[in-house]
Amino acid sequence: MTDQKEMEEAAHHIVSPVIYLIVGSTLLVLTGVTVWASYQEWGNFNAVAALGIAVVKAMIVVLFFMHVKYSSKLTKLTVFCGLFTFLALVGMTLADYASRAWGRW
Amino acid sequence: MPDSTAIAHGAHGAPEHGHEEHPAYLRHHFENVEQQADAAGFAMWLFLLTEVMFFGGLFTAYLIYRNWYYPAFVEASHQLNIFWGTLNTAVLITSSFTMAMGVWCAEMRKQRGLVLCLVLTFILGIGFLGIKTVEYKEKIEKHHVPGFHYSLQSFIDPASDPEIYKEYHDKPLALDMARHTEVYFSLYFAMTGMHALHMIIGIAILGFMIFRARAGAYTAGHVTFVENFGLYWHFVDIVWIFLFPLLYLISRHQ
Repeated sequence: MTDQKEMEEAAHHIVSPVIYLIVGSTLLVLTGVTVWASYQEWGNFNAVAALGIAVVKAMIVVLFFMHVKYSSKLTKLTVFCGLFTFLALVGMTLADYASRAWGRW
Repeated sequence: MPDSTAIAHGAHGAPEHGHEEHPAYLRHHFENVEQQADAAGFAMWLFLLTEVMFFGGLFTAYLIYRNWYYPAFVEASHQLNIFWGTLNTAVLITSSFTMAMGVWCAEMRKQRGLVLCLVLTFILGIGFLGIKTVEYKEKIEKHHVPGFHYSLQSFIDPASDPEIYKEYHDKPLALDMARHTEVYFSLYFAMTGMHALHMIIGIAILGFMIFRARAGAYTAGHVTFVENFGLYWHFVDIVWIFLFPLLYLISRHQ
């Protein structure tokens, strides 16, 4: 509530169709790229590339289609905290599974 | 986020409060329209984060089992058709675009544009489910649905499944590993099934919104319902953005 002007700007911001068009086409291009990448022989990096592209696509959707880039600080903080908690939970679960039988592979 | 009062009839605020005039859709426990919209958006994000945790559990299970039964997961994922998966990704991203345009139309008070965008999103959503049905039908015919009729044929004798074999030349799996392909398909149906259920719910709400939009409900200044449904629809898109590479793409090579 400290910055009334910023809050109102956030509430009134209307994203232009041009941005939606650019974002939509970028997502379609990245879909093509991820399919192309899956046909390459990159060993372990196939999975890294596929997930990396998926993360980029998801970020674009969150920032532009879901307006987080133009949202209030409250929304930004909520999204960030939620995703951070999610990654911490998944990360710790995977670390547990990876290390439980340490040295007995 | 009730929108039952969304059609403005020129109703004014309660006069006993001595407030200045405000739109009929402003609830009395909010200071102003901005605060009301912020609160609704905040609540929608909290709901979506519970959804992230829900799907996250499925994704984590998938990663762990894939690591444990890697050969089974690789050969089982070869059964998925990359053409249909890519087409469905494109359909869903396009529907996200039309939904975003719908939100824009509502904000700009373009009623015909909004109805058109919602109808297009509705059709693309149905299209996605149609393609998914084609894929499910193939799994049913090959007895790759987990349960009593599950068949290991394609995995203990890959050459008996010529369409897949000519592309991947998979080696036969030992019986105990081949059995774990059923785990892959359990997760495949759980994840794509839950995603499809979210699509079905979204499509039902879209149908409701098309009628309301035709009555002018969302083009009189109160766009919260359209905006928050947009958030839901984009979230469902994001789930698919991760499902597609994990289920279809990352196991093309052994």
